[in-house]
Amino acid sequence: MHGFANPARFLRLAKWLTPLLLVSGIVVTLAALVWGYTNVPPDRLMGDSVKILFIHLPVAWLGMGGWTAIAIASFVELVWRHPLASIAARAAAVPGAVFAFLCLATGSIWGRPTWGTWWVWDGRLTSMLVLLFLYLGYIALSSALAREGASSRIAAIFGLVGAVNVPIINRSVVWWNSLHQPPSLTMGKSAIDPVYLYPLLVAVLGFSLLFGAVVLMRMRTILAEMQAEARLRRKAMQAAEGV
Amino acid sequence: MTGGIKPKHQRLVLLFVALVALVGAGLLAAWALRNQADYFYLPSEIVAESPEPGRGMRLGGMVEMGSIETQEDGVTIHFVVGDGEASVPVSFTGIAPALFVEGSGVIAEGTMDADGTFVASNLLAKHDENYVPRELEHMTADQVRAQVEATLE
Repeated sequence: MHGFANPARFLRLAKWLTPLLLVSGIVVTLAALVWGYTNVPPDRLMGDSVKILFIHLPVAWLGMGGWTAIAIASFVELVWRHPLASIAARAAAVPGAVFAFLCLATGSIWGRPTWGTWWVWDGRLTSMLVLLFLYLGYIALSSALAREGASSRIAAIFGLVGAVNVPIINRSVVWWNSLHQPPSLTMGKSAIDPVYLYPLLVAVLGFSLLFGAVVLMRMRTILAEMQAEARLRRKAMQAAEGV
Repeated sequence: MTGGIKPKHQRLVLLFVALVALVGAGLLAAWALRNQADYFYLPSEIVAESPEPGRGMRLGGMVEMGSIETQEDGVTIHFVVGDGEASVPVSFTGIAPALFVEGSGVIAEGTMDADGTFVASNLLAKHDENYVPRELEHMTADQVRAQVEATLE
């Protein structure tokens, strides 16, 4: 695992992996959305509004996936002190927050015509809103620590504690009566007709590739910023010695 | 390498114990919330507890088949919400959501009146986890599979 402790090695890998993920992500996502929005029949009850599923479900999964990534990176940081772990966690937070927000926004737009309301405080919607707030708190905390040059260990502990919410989101529709329906996709079982399921799975793949591309881009940016800062500090010290 | 635990392994064990405690605490909290976090009461709960009239609450269940009756004023509907064990008659005046149909889930917000009817001030339609195109609604699973294969060819 410490093979990537040296950022140079990671950067060499990220340099060609980033455009690969980005381009394939854009192509796959667009293909899935065009497929889903032009070639799919309306649902028996919801009509055409079923098509928002092709955005809502991938962003919901990735919103939760983003925090899972933060939790894993935080664990690696705390136990093995891996130098890239805190950078990876910081990089995953912003796209995760964007996806959590998109999940809430698309869900709200979908809820108005199907349920008859924009928002209710049931278990699923509330726990997802909590996830968005956790992301905002994490972003504020980790960027403040980075700005102060302090250790990111507090952010890592926050990342691990916040992970408790992820299984709660997942189980909220099973544990409690809620307006949101129970899961349609469980291990090896689908309540979604194949005409919707296939474009949906392709959309999940496409959005995941995009998520990976954004995380790698942000990791490269953070590393470049750290390098630039270190170089400035070195120059300032040389200048001070020169006087 | 003489004796003692490596700091790395010590951290791993410590963090593992902390995580177990954390997940335990989270599960306990969720367990404690199990009734309070419910969004609605089921008909069997309402029948068992018979809440006092006038208390605001939500009732959720299935709209029983053949139970929707539109009253003479044209905007009031009467229907029965059941959960397989008990059922509660509901009266609602207003515009019902598009997905409000017999045999499908509904959440009614309102109060119980003195004669045991739930007077709803708002209806929310619950969607189930099934996504089925209109054309395939009345087909069997085998017919659906044949249809999909024919489409994909």
